[in-house]
Amino acid sequence: MTLRPDPTFHATPKLAMQAPPETLAFTLMLSPDGSQPDGLAVVDVDPGSKTYGQIVHQVIMPNTGDEFHHFGWNACSSSLSPLSGHAFLERRYLIIPGIRSSRIYIIDVKEPLKAKIHKIIEPEEVFAKTGYSRPHTIHCGPEGIYVSTLGGGGADGTDGPPGIFIMDCETFEILGRYEMDRGKQDKHYDFWWNLPRDYMVSSEWGLPPQFENGIVAEDLLSNKYGHSIHFWNLRQRKNVQTIDLGANHQMALEIRPAHDPAKDYGFCGVVVDTTNLQGAIFTWWQKDDGTFEAKKVITIDPQPADPADLPDLLKGFGAVPPLVTDIDLSLDDRFLYVACWGTGEMHQYDVSDPMNPTLAGKVEIGGIVKKTKHPNGKTFGYGPQMVEISRDGKRVYWTNSLYSTWDDQFYPGERGAAMVMANAGENGGLTLAEDFWVDFPKGYRSHQIRLEGGDCSTDSFCYPSV
Amino acid sequence: MTSATALWWAVVASGLYHGLNPGMGWPLAVSAALMERRQAGLWRALTALAAGHLLAMAAILFPFSALTLLAAWQWEIQLGAALLVIALGLYLLVNTRHPRFLARVRPTQLVLWSFLAATAHGAGLMLVPIYLGICRTVETDAGHAAAQSLMAGTAGIAALVALTHTAAQTVAGAALAYGVYRWLGLRFLSQAWFNLDRVWAISLVLVGVVSILVLV
Repeated sequence: MTLRPDPTFHATPKLAMQAPPETLAFTLMLSPDGSQPDGLAVVDVDPGSKTYGQIVHQVIMPNTGDEFHHFGWNACSSSLSPLSGHAFLERRYLIIPGIRSSRIYIIDVKEPLKAKIHKIIEPEEVFAKTGYSRPHTIHCGPEGIYVSTLGGGGADGTDGPPGIFIMDCETFEILGRYEMDRGKQDKHYDFWWNLPRDYMVSSEWGLPPQFENGIVAEDLLSNKYGHSIHFWNLRQRKNVQTIDLGANHQMALEIRPAHDPAKDYGFCGVVVDTTNLQGAIFTWWQKDDGTFEAKKVITIDPQPADPADLPDLLKGFGAVPPLVTDIDLSLDDRFLYVACWGTGEMHQYDVSDPMNPTLAGKVEIGGIVKKTKHPNGKTFGYGPQMVEISRDGKRVYWTNSLYSTWDDQFYPGERGAAMVMANAGENGGLTLAEDFWVDFPKGYRSHQIRLEGGDCSTDSFCYPSV
Repeated sequence: MTSATALWWAVVASGLYHGLNPGMGWPLAVSAALMERRQAGLWRALTALAAGHLLAMAAILFPFSALTLLAAWQWEIQLGAALLVIALGLYLLVNTRHPRFLARVRPTQLVLWSFLAATAHGAGLMLVPIYLGICRTVETDAGHAAAQSLMAGTAGIAALVALTHTAAQTVAGAALAYGVYRWLGLRFLSQAWFNLDRVWAISLVLVGVVSILVLV
């Protein structure tokens, strides 16, 4: 028990931006063929340190085949709402689910350089208590820790729809399913919310048979992946509206609401439009009558390519799609970063006017065809993928793996893990930092990044910035 | 200072104490004003919080005011109330978990939230020994009154205790909420929020123990 709120809890996004910059990052390492156990890498991101850009500690798990993907904190700035009574929690544990095994690790990072396993929740417990499988996104909120899942029950995860379950934020005991009325929702991916306005938004990737052994081309071309976003009354646990973005908008993934709760809009990234291979960003917003609407505000075109340069999956198209696989919004709600994993580009959009975004900066690195090298001369395998922004918005970090079996289809052969950083200009502009390059142990790929003290895709704020 | 005056000050002091504690809701008023982008939201939220708090006080005090009818059992009632407060204090000392049902209340239901938060933390119960003490000083002054007027008298005192306590609570919370909204800024929230869980539990035990000491 602590006497004061954790110093990394901030009432408003603006206060979080003024907090001291991060000195450590936590990056997930996965073994694509399950030959080694997955792990958590603690990366030194303090430019003044001798070990800058190096892995300074690793927590290697006791099992193989987990496939680490996304993860999150046990507590964040949402704890400062008196409504939930969690003001004196510590931001101390990382909750890391295995997306393939359904096992969940709780890692104690109070002393980051001695980070260790605190608790392991075995898959059987997840199945028995929730009827869900393949846990994914973690957010800390009013009722504890919310975990989205990609699969329902049964061996292939199709026995019943996937959903969200809640864990106790102190004991990490699984409390049960979140949904009371899921409406039309039958697939799942990401979710986030606006706490004072009491709504949640969730998205859809596909069911486990559609992703576990690789992307299913027939399903994609017949528009069978997810293409809807769902709006929920957060505390009533009820789906109040489903917006179909159009069946051609395949795989509506990351949900990024404005961090300032006074703003009533957010974004959602769509991987690919099957009519023209474009990537797309939708802006969704709440109207005065409380209902929601969504509109496509950014499209990113595919780039023509020689079929000889393309993997089997794409040869027939003669073009490389951008594949918008991750997006992230800076804490001041000004810049939206869009990872184009296929073309090998990281886009920075000025979204000060969320209905009319403008491209403010761009970095080319990796890519199926271009294979752009890092300015330090090293080869960046795959393309820019999981992106994380520092609280002050000045540094943007990203890794390069999407998902083991999908990596192999779009980028055949082992291309190695990478984590890089780019500096963002005060008024836009993005430049790769030449001196930041993380070397990972052999055989691993890298996925999501979390920053010490919170970052732009973990913290939920209960008070508006003034 | 007479014991009656001291007890009334205790009612006011407990109100100020509740009001200053962010856990009783003043940050929600700041949030409301900022979300609505106007000061009216602050007052509306504070009114809702005050109404909920007042209801929580009344819900505990009025049943005890009915019990004061049993004049022959005064001593036992006071002892029972004191033991109840001590028991709750000890329970809160051992069980530091916050009630999860509070997290299910929507941000728009501030009256309900305030009522439940005050009740769950025994804010009303803390006032019971003080209230019964005040009733006793009045009785002693007035001699043995008829049951009916006694009942009316103690109900009146219950209402006055609940109102005084809630007024003090609201003034303290409003001053802080307004100060943070106008001048201090929300940084103050995380700087000034102390974990009073233990102190709170111990103060419940103390109130109970003191009233037993007065009784015997």
